[in-house]
Amino acid sequence: MISRTSHRSTRFERNLATREAPWVKWTLLTLSLSFFALFLILPLVSVFFEALRKGWEVYLLSITEETALAAIKLTVLIAFISVPLNLVFGVAAAWLIAKHDFRGKQLLTTFIDLPFSVSPVIVGLMYMLVFGANGWFGAWLVEHDLKVIFAVPGIVLATIFVTFPFVARELIPLMQAQGRDEEEAAVVLGANGWQTFWYVTLPNVKWGLLYGVILSNARAMGEFGAVSVVSGKIRGQTNTMPLHVEILYNEYNFAAAFAVASLLALLALVTLVIKTWVEHRASSHFNATHMVPADVNTLSPRVMP
Amino acid sequence: MAFALTPNTLFGRQRTGTFRKTYSVLPGFNLSLGYTLGYLTLIVLIPIAAVFLKTSELSFAEFWKVVTAPRVLASYKLSFGASMIAAAINAVFGLMLAWVLVRYSFPGKRIVDALVDLPFALPTAVAGIALTALYARNGWIGQYVEGVLGIKIAFAPAGVLVALVFIGLPFVVRTVQPILEDLETELEEAAASLGARRWQTFRYVLLPILLPALLTGFALAFARAVGEYGSVIFIAGNIPLVSEITPLIIITKLEQYDYVGATAVALVMLLFSFVLLLVINALQAWSSRSIGGSR
Amino acid sequence: MSIEVRNIHKRFGNFTALNDISLNFESGQLVALLGPSGCGKTTLLRIIAGLEQADSGIVTLEGEDASVSSVRERQVGFVFQHYALFKHMTVFDNVAFGMRMKPRAQRPSKQQIKDKVHELLNLVQLDWLADRYPSQLSGGQRQRIALARALAVEPRVLLLDEPFGALDAKVRKELRRWLRKLHDELHITSIFVTHDQEEALEVADKVVLMDHGHVEQVGTPEEVYNHPATPFVYSFLGSVNLFHGRVEEEGLRVGADAVPHTQDNFTEGSEVFAFVRPHELRIVTDTGYTQGVAAKVVRVLSFGVSARVELDGLDREKDQHFEVELTQAQVAELALIPGQHVRLVPSRLKLFDRPGYVSADAVSNSGSKQSSTGARA
Repeated sequence: MISRTSHRSTRFERNLATREAPWVKWTLLTLSLSFFALFLILPLVSVFFEALRKGWEVYLLSITEETALAAIKLTVLIAFISVPLNLVFGVAAAWLIAKHDFRGKQLLTTFIDLPFSVSPVIVGLMYMLVFGANGWFGAWLVEHDLKVIFAVPGIVLATIFVTFPFVARELIPLMQAQGRDEEEAAVVLGANGWQTFWYVTLPNVKWGLLYGVILSNARAMGEFGAVSVVSGKIRGQTNTMPLHVEILYNEYNFAAAFAVASLLALLALVTLVIKTWVEHRASSHFNATHMVPADVNTLSPRVMP
Repeated sequence: MAFALTPNTLFGRQRTGTFRKTYSVLPGFNLSLGYTLGYLTLIVLIPIAAVFLKTSELSFAEFWKVVTAPRVLASYKLSFGASMIAAAINAVFGLMLAWVLVRYSFPGKRIVDALVDLPFALPTAVAGIALTALYARNGWIGQYVEGVLGIKIAFAPAGVLVALVFIGLPFVVRTVQPILEDLETELEEAAASLGARRWQTFRYVLLPILLPALLTGFALAFARAVGEYGSVIFIAGNIPLVSEITPLIIITKLEQYDYVGATAVALVMLLFSFVLLLVINALQAWSSRSIGGSR
Repeated sequence: MSIEVRNIHKRFGNFTALNDISLNFESGQLVALLGPSGCGKTTLLRIIAGLEQADSGIVTLEGEDASVSSVRERQVGFVFQHYALFKHMTVFDNVAFGMRMKPRAQRPSKQQIKDKVHELLNLVQLDWLADRYPSQLSGGQRQRIALARALAVEPRVLLLDEPFGALDAKVRKELRRWLRKLHDELHITSIFVTHDQEEALEVADKVVLMDHGHVEQVGTPEEVYNHPATPFVYSFLGSVNLFHGRVEEEGLRVGADAVPHTQDNFTEGSEVFAFVRPHELRIVTDTGYTQGVAAKVVRVLSFGVSARVELDGLDREKDQHFEVELTQAQVAELALIPGQHVRLVPSRLKLFDRPGYVSADAVSNSGSKQSSTGARA
C-alpha cells in the first residue's frame, strides 16, 4: 500500500467550490487533531516519559541487563529468519498472480490474505495443536528430541504466519498495475526468465519490495499475542522483547518495562521514517517513470494491518 | 485494440481447470505455483485445518456448551460490542482526519500523515502498557477522567474500547484518504453550480463516493479489533464476566491445558473472521468498482 | 523472410478472436492488418510473434514451422502499442538490452554493442538522446526508440502493434512517412496493425482487411479501395452511401424510386445492398426528373478543395442520410438551398447480396460469408 500522498491541498483550498466556511474548517482541524494527539501522540510520548522517569542510569541498566539483551538478540534473530522467508514467498506469489492467468487465482489471493483475519492468539493455538506435546507431530518430535513449541522454531513459525501476506500484498497490486508489456518486450528481445525478472521486473518493484519488508519486519519484531502462546516465556531463552516487556510490567518493574518498550517504540518510529522515505522515493520514481498518467488510477487503495 | 490490451478480462472467463494456466510467454509458472501453494499449505492451511479437526473431537452438544458458557458469552459481548463501537468512532474521526490531511494545509501535516500509521508499526504490547499508564488513576489522563469525573477507564470495559480505537485508526484513514485525493474538483464545482450548499454537496455527492471505502475501513478496523490481544490485556483488567475479551478466554483455557475448549472458542472466532473477510473482499470490490464508475 | 499462417483459430472464452485465418506475407513487404477494434488483428500479430498461442493452425517463418520455437528463438522484432520501453533504463540501455541478454558465447563485445546501439540510434535519428530516460522523451521519440530496440536483435521480421495509435495527428503523419522510408532502406518483412484506414492505405504495400476474426480482403491499397470485395470493406474504407434495394428489369428499385443500373450478374428480384461513394452521386435539381432517389438537402459544406452536401431521404421512417461530394464549381452552379428537394443519381453502383431481411447486422454477416473468397492472398 504505497500511498502517493501529495501534500498539496492548494487545489482544494483555492477553489471556491471545494472549500468550507472558516469555522467549519477550524472545527474539523481542531477535532481531528485533538483526537490524533489524544490517541496517538500521548501514548507515544508517555512511553519515553515513563522509560526515563527514574533517570538515565536505570534506563541504561534495564536495557543492557542480561535477560534484556537476550530478548533483543532473540527478537532480531526471529525477524532475520522470518522476513527473508516471507520475502521469497511474496515475490513468488506476486510473480504468479500478477504475471500469469490461471483458474483459481481469486481463491489463491484470498488464501494469501487469510492470516490477516486470524487473531494472533489463535495463530499460537494452531501451532500448539500441530506441534504441541499432544499435537499431531508432538509424539514424533519428542521421539526425535526436537522442540518446536516453547522453543525458537515455534516462535519463528508463529511470526511467519502473522507476517505472511505483507510482501505479497504489497507486490501483487504493484506488479498488476505495471502490466506485462515490459516483460513481454524483454522476452521478445531474447531474455530468459531470470534475466527478465532480474533486469526488468525487479527494478520496477524495488520500492514496493522494500516497503513490504519494512512493514513485515516491524510486525515480526513486535508480535505479541501469537508469540506469547508458543514461547513459554523462558527468560533468557524464549523471551522476545514484547514478552520481556510484559513480564517486567507484571512484576511491577515499570521503569524497566518502559525502557525496553521504548526500544520497540524507537523501532516503530524508524519504521515510519523509512516508510515515509520509501513512499517519497516511490512516488518520485512513479512520477518520473510513468508515461500514461491515467494508469495512476489502477493502483487501488489497500490497507494492511 | 481494446480487447487485446486487456487480456485479463477475457482470460478471466476462460475455464481450463483449477490452477491450470492459459498460455503466457512469461516463464516461471510451475515454479512459482508450486512454491506458493506449498508454502501456503505448510504455514497457513494445515494449522487452520488443525483447529477444525481438533474441534471435531467434541460432540455438537459439548461444543455448544463450551462456546455458550456464561463467561464466554460475556466475552463475545465485550469483544464484538467494543470492536463495533471502536470501529464506528474510527470511521467518524478517521474520515475527519483523512479530510483534513487531504484538504487543508497546516504546519506539521507531513508528520501527522506519517504518524497515522503508528498503530501499524508500534508493537501492541507497547501500546497496551502506554495506554494503561495514561488512563490509570494516577496517569496523565486518568487523574482527570477518573479522579475528577469519576469515570473509570483503565481496568474496565472502557479501557478495552480505548485500546481498540488506538489500533483501528489507520485502517479508516488509509482507505478513505486515496479516494479523497483522487476526487475531481469538477464534481464539487458542478454541485455548487447547480446550487447545492456545501453540506449538501458533501452529503449527496461526496459521501456516496466515499461510502464504500469508509465501510471497508470500518470493516477492517472491526476485524482487527475483534482479534486484538496485546494492547487490550494490559488495560482491560481482565475481570471475568466484565472486562475479559474472547482471545483472553482462549489463553486462559490453554493455560489450564483445556486444548479442546480453547479450540472450540477459537473456531467460533475463526468462522466469524472468515465471514468478515468475505464481507471485506466484497466491499473492496464494490469500492473499486464505484471508483471506476465515477470516472 | 516470408511468413505464412495457416488455418489459425483462436478463442478467448466464448469470444472468437480468429476464425480460420490463412495468409501469406511475402518477403520484404510492408503489410498492414486493418480492421475495427476487436477484429482480431492484434491477436494475429501476437500469434505470429509467439506472444500468444493459437488454438489450432500453424505459423511458418521462411517455410519452417514456428509453432515449436519459443518467442526468444523466433527472432522477431516486436514494437508494442505503448512502446513497453524499460522505464528504469536509459535509451542506450534499452536499445542494448537484447544484445546483452544473449548467452555469453554469442554476446557481442562491449564495444560492438556500443557501436551497434549508436548506429541504430543514428538510424532513427535520435543519437543525441542516448542518455535520457524514456519518461523524458516525447511520444514520437519513444516510438522510434522502441523501433531501434526491436531492430537491435537483427530480427528477421518486424511486427508493429498500432505503431502510431498513441500519438497525436501531426506526429503520426510524420512518423508514417518516416516508417515507409525506413522500410524502403531496410527491406525487412514488416507487418503492422492499425485501425486507421488512411494509415494503412498510405504506408503499406499490401493491406489485409479483417473483421470479426475473418479476413475480408487482401490486396494493394488501390485494389482494396477501388474494388472492395465485400460490403464490410466498402463501408470500412472511406465514406459510402448505402441503399437497400431490389434488382428489377429496368434497374434498381429503392423504396418508391427507381435507380438506373446495369449489372447483369444479379437475377431479377434479388434483394441487394447498393454502395455508392459520395463522389459517384450526381445531384439533379430538375423537378420533372423521375430517375434516382429522392432526397432533401440539409447542409452544404463548401470549403476546401471539394464541397460536401448532406441530404436526408424523404422516407421519414427509414431515417436515411446521404453524402455527396462535388467540386466547388458544381456546387456554385447548382445553388442548392437547405430544404430543397432533389434526386440523387449514381454514376456507379456496387451491389452485394442481401440475404433475408435487413438489419444492422446484415452487413457484416453477409460480409463474412464472402470472406472465403478473399481470404487467400
